[in-house]
Amino acid sequence: MTDFRLTRRGFMHSAGAFGATSLLAGTSRPALAAGVTIGIVYVGPRDDFGWNQAHAVAIKSLKNVAGVKAVEEENVPETDACAKSMESMVNLDGANIVLGTSFGYFTPFMVDLAKKYPKVEFRHAAPLWDGSKHPKNLGSYFGYLNQAHYVDGVAAGLSTKSNKLGFVAAKPISSVLSNINSFLLGARKVNPNAVVQVIFTGDWSLPVREAEATNALVDAGCDVITCHVDGPKVVIETAEKRGVKSCGHNASQAPLAPKGFITGAEYKWETIYKIYADKLAKGEPLPNMLAGGYDSDMVQNTPFGAGASEEARKAATAAIADLKAKKPIYVGPLKDNKGNLVIDKAYDNYDPYLDQMNYLLEGVIGSIT
Amino acid sequence: MSDSLVVTVLVALLGGALRVSTPFMFVALGECLTEKSGRVNLGLEGTLVFGAMSAYATSYHTGSPWLGVLAAGLAGAALGALHGFVCKLPRVNDIAIGIAMMLFGTGVAFFFGKAYIQPTAPRLGAIALGDWTGDPKVATALQVNPLLLIGLATALIMWWAFANTRWGLVLRMSGDSAPAARAMGVSVDLVRFLATLSGGFLAGVGGAFLSLYYPGSWNQGLSSGQGLMAVALVIFARWNPLRCVAAAMLFGAAGAIGPALQSVGVTQGYYFFNAAPYILTLLIMVASAGSRQASREAPGELSITK
Repeated sequence: MTDFRLTRRGFMHSAGAFGATSLLAGTSRPALAAGVTIGIVYVGPRDDFGWNQAHAVAIKSLKNVAGVKAVEEENVPETDACAKSMESMVNLDGANIVLGTSFGYFTPFMVDLAKKYPKVEFRHAAPLWDGSKHPKNLGSYFGYLNQAHYVDGVAAGLSTKSNKLGFVAAKPISSVLSNINSFLLGARKVNPNAVVQVIFTGDWSLPVREAEATNALVDAGCDVITCHVDGPKVVIETAEKRGVKSCGHNASQAPLAPKGFITGAEYKWETIYKIYADKLAKGEPLPNMLAGGYDSDMVQNTPFGAGASEEARKAATAAIADLKAKKPIYVGPLKDNKGNLVIDKAYDNYDPYLDQMNYLLEGVIGSIT
Repeated sequence: MSDSLVVTVLVALLGGALRVSTPFMFVALGECLTEKSGRVNLGLEGTLVFGAMSAYATSYHTGSPWLGVLAAGLAGAALGALHGFVCKLPRVNDIAIGIAMMLFGTGVAFFFGKAYIQPTAPRLGAIALGDWTGDPKVATALQVNPLLLIGLATALIMWWAFANTRWGLVLRMSGDSAPAARAMGVSVDLVRFLATLSGGFLAGVGGAFLSLYYPGSWNQGLSSGQGLMAVALVIFARWNPLRCVAAAMLFGAAGAIGPALQSVGVTQGYYFFNAAPYILTLLIMVASAGSRQASREAPGELSITK
């Protein structure tokens, strides 16, 4: 991409900076000490009961911190539009850090912007940053949500009567597979007879097919339903309508299922965003990679709903304590559901080997192709 | 696969057909009505989404889902009227306007719909037709929404009226030969305007089904292209309201194949099974579209066939 490409905002900014320097010999940027401005771009609506809401809730909590200002824009597609939106946050709002929360924002848009604005920090919510290829003012952050799904599994394993748990999943990529497998291991820890039946819908947001999948799982005898799709609203509501229990994903769906909600796997982006805001206010460098799970307070579980029995609550709370103490989830030997040995020993919860997951464990009914 | 699994899949297909087909049916009937008059309204996807939003919002504010259905119909009629009015102007291409209306309808729906993603509105109930079977799966599959029955009745009335009433004759004449209609003293523009308006009403009601019954919530990804597929179904159904119903049912049942097979343990190849409705449509169209019968059934004034 050429550096000569002029955008209108870029042009105005350079012209303004030129005018300011020539007349006043001053700086064109507001001084950092004035406060921290965080810009954040969402791919969908902020109140989708899912991924975007999880981020928006965290940003909302930051707005109470003195000296921190947040600029948000929602429904920004993964096209040139996100670059324009981020650029205007830098130029017009004086953002010190820009957060991109959708996978497709990263290349080429955020990479190019980071090169163009070396004094502004850019952070992206998926593990894509590579120190050897990408600028130093760019970085990644994410949460190990599978730990919270493990806790869901523990609670679900003690809440099921049929021993069949249903999982509505979007696509068979490693993060989804790891959530399914962790959910199974959580359930198996307290209930060795539990199985997880998975239905892949094929895309991140297909409300009608998600409802169909939920109905099909209930028809197949599952009495606890959870999911990994962008907006879990339809899945949780359909499960409630069919009178089965449910576990949430991404953000709190507790209000959607007053009778059957057990608990849910949630990100706690608040922790990460507070670290960023704090370091920027102090003028300290930001980490390029920031990721963690329960032991660094980056994921959480939704407060228990009416579907969680006393027994399930106790076991899930104990599981959370185990994760905070870094007790491993994947303890071998474990086979995948085709009979191959895939987990030979106990793996640390952050072992890179687990990030490459491309299998469903024995006990999961389903196939990734 | 054992017998009980086959039964499970068949029950799921039946349930899928009854649950998923209604919005397809309403949009296809609306488009059928519009195209019979000689005009194409590609904007019904936007109408569907706008109808879904209006229904949910109205139901939330008034507490009455049936008022929501009415509001969805009126909202759809308003979009249809806009399409019909603009197309009356000289040198306006109805296909291009349709695409513009599709973007307009979804855009307006997203704009006004923001406030209604979070709240929960009262939904439409279901009529249990299968309780006598004593089988909970069959009973669930046979839970039918009144809108489905209304759609079936509408299709029957349209099928009868096209052939047996003066209005039906005027409508078909406007669609088949505008000069002949004008010679009879019929205002072709007015007929097409009213047909587009009524078609919009039906598509809006289809949207109400999406947001108030199944899947039964409002969010921006709700339709994901169902309105567009329904427009295609009209060609597939060759402009016959009863065949529109059959096509919608078939499409709904085919859409249930993917999840149903995965739920009974046939887990390989779900991408293929999820594409089943489209593959099926394509195959039947290829098999049927070549016949001379098919070209005779297309309204002669349609800009896609002219």
